[in-house]
Amino acid sequence: MKFEKKTKAKAEIPTASLPDIIFMLLIFFMVVTVFKEYRGLPVLAPTARTTAKLETKRNVAYLWVDRLGRIAIDDKIVPLEDVAPVLSEKFTQNRRLIVSLKIDQEVSMGLVTDVQEKLRDAYTLRVNYATRFK
Amino acid sequence: MLSRRNKAGSEIPTASLPDIVFMLLIFFLVTTTIDIDKGIMMVLPDRGGEMRVNPENICNILVNAAGQVLIDDSPTEIHQIREKISSKLRERGLDTEGKPRLIVSIKTERSTSYNDYIQVLDEVKRSGATKISIAEPEK
Repeated sequence: MKFEKKTKAKAEIPTASLPDIIFMLLIFFMVVTVFKEYRGLPVLAPTARTTAKLETKRNVAYLWVDRLGRIAIDDKIVPLEDVAPVLSEKFTQNRRLIVSLKIDQEVSMGLVTDVQEKLRDAYTLRVNYATRFK
Repeated sequence: MLSRRNKAGSEIPTASLPDIVFMLLIFFLVTTTIDIDKGIMMVLPDRGGEMRVNPENICNILVNAAGQVLIDDSPTEIHQIREKISSKLRERGLDTEGKPRLIVSIKTERSTSYNDYIQVLDEVKRSGATKISIAEPEK
């Protein structure tokens, strides 16, 4: 009688702590998850080797320029002359703003410079040229 | 007998808890995107903050519409930029703050493609230059 009981108890794997482990994983993924906010324009970024990571997504504004020369800031298509007011409004809300420039590799430097001049007008001087890893 | 019944009723069944939490876990696993934004960091110059610099410390890089590169009037291939700039950096030495003295000025034409500009900028950054200036394109 005693023998039988003992073997039964040993055959089971203790699952009491399983929820705790899964909770831990769950909390990790909940904290790490950042939902994609913007879809933007279709852009094929140039390749580069000296890339730096954008540490936080909270201080970043995205600016897309596609090969047709359309400009979008955070999912809204904006004409060139409205770039400065839109960005300066964002800058007043967040002084540590970094503008991530997602520019297509076929765009001409003329347009890129025009956009950069608008960025200087808006005082958003920290930029990041989005690139793909070579 | 009665006391036993009471005990059984007071417990919340936790047998399905792992299943629920697994479901949530799978949801977050699927929705998590670990695509980190990567790129080349630059700080644009402030308006009206013109500085006088020693012209000897400036290295001019010109990129034309065809993607051809000119460093201080000598034509250069893109893969040679790194060597040339790093030798120039060594030549000019360090300033009092321990930073390289050389200022690399990249100038493009309006019709130069953005890709060519990024390739040149990437090579200049790889050479270790920290002072990079973007000159206004020629009209």
